[in-house]
Amino acid sequence: MREIEFDTVVKTVRDLIIHCSTDLPEDMYNALKTSVEVEKSPVAKAVLEQILDNANIAKTEERPLCQDTGLAVFFVRVGEEVKIKGGLLRDAINMGTEQGYKDGYLRASTCHPFSRANLKDTIGYNLPAIIHFDLVAGDKIEIEYAAKGGGSENVSRARVFPPAAGKEGIIEYVREVVSDAGGNPCPPIVVGVGIGGTFEKAVISSKHALFRDIGTENPDEELNEMEQTMLEQINNLGIGAMGMGGTKTAMAVHIESNPCHIASLPVSVNIQCHSSRHAHITL
Amino acid sequence: MATYHLTTPLTSEDTRQLNAGDVVYLSGVLYTARDAAHKRLVDLIDKGEELPFDLEGSVIYFVGPTPPKPGDPIGSAGPTTSYRMDSYSPTMLAHGSKGMIGKGKRNQAVIDACKEYDGIYFGATGGAGALLGKRIKSAEVIAYPELGPEAVRRIEVEDFPVTVINDTHGRDLYQMGREQYEVK
Repeated sequence: MREIEFDTVVKTVRDLIIHCSTDLPEDMYNALKTSVEVEKSPVAKAVLEQILDNANIAKTEERPLCQDTGLAVFFVRVGEEVKIKGGLLRDAINMGTEQGYKDGYLRASTCHPFSRANLKDTIGYNLPAIIHFDLVAGDKIEIEYAAKGGGSENVSRARVFPPAAGKEGIIEYVREVVSDAGGNPCPPIVVGVGIGGTFEKAVISSKHALFRDIGTENPDEELNEMEQTMLEQINNLGIGAMGMGGTKTAMAVHIESNPCHIASLPVSVNIQCHSSRHAHITL
Repeated sequence: MATYHLTTPLTSEDTRQLNAGDVVYLSGVLYTARDAAHKRLVDLIDKGEELPFDLEGSVIYFVGPTPPKPGDPIGSAGPTTSYRMDSYSPTMLAHGSKGMIGKGKRNQAVIDACKEYDGIYFGATGGAGALLGKRIKSAEVIAYPELGPEAVRRIEVEDFPVTVINDTHGRDLYQMGREQYEVK
């Protein structure tokens, strides 16, 4: 059984969070650069240029890209032949999250759902992290991290359709969710679509779909075609960067599909803003 | 799409010339407030009590910044989604405030109040927190420090870039822009 030190995990998570808060991933940066060239609306073009300027300032001056530094979301795949020495993996991830958000001068945004009291002095600074664990073969731990802001979560939706809704029903639903969201989720967005499974499986799949790099193809031909259809329909909505009108509303649609119950067709749509802060690392 | 440089506090003369889609570089003092602070401010107005700052000609920025790094006045400071302030903004405008900065669509009551009271709803670029934070030259908490990032701050800005979304003529850039680029 391979062992990984508790403190190694803490430090890795801390550094990943700080890095992500100021360094826009290359996939989104490149997609923005391409968009500036093709955007037809001068207002939206100016917004896209500002977003790129912002990314350059954030990186060179190590300032957070956005003041909404999000809730910390993790997908962690733990090999069955590895264990943490000196503590629990969940505790290490939470400790790394707290250190990263504090040391990086990031905003603590977790609060009690009713009193709205900030939890930084009770549960911990921007704690608890949202962690999805999975067990896999091998002796490695793979950590995927995203800082998930509130604006784009607020417009995300899920619904269980009757099977008769079919592919057309799903495509129409995704278009409707993005249309209703307008400029609120800070477009240009990435749209994560989770299909099938149970209700919660669809939702988690839609979140995980956002981790895929923009520009990569869905290996499933049918899903790849659906993604292209959805992307075209979304960009035809005219919402544009920050909702000010334009030809570029989404950078990509990513679908994750699962087998489901004979009676149901769950669909979840999770939206990601242009400040798509995500990264992964393998220990 | 014209470009203006304006200094706060704003007058009706300043705001009436603006059209949805215009770019404005704001300088001077802005006040920051999100939902929690708005609720308290509107409670004070309803009770006829004094506010922590003068509303006349004021521009309110909907923002909850990150903590400043040592030596900086403020951290990253981009706009938050504005609909959460929809129930409070008409009261603020009716009592002299002339502008709001946020992101995302407002309800009809806010659009109507902009028309009635010569107010402007400006959009700043969401997610451009590093760039916008740098245009803030000083920041001071003047009320409700217990709200943390949501406290009311008096901030001084220089050439703070915003776009006119809702003007004093009842127009809405979000609707106009979308209609222009929608492919049916």
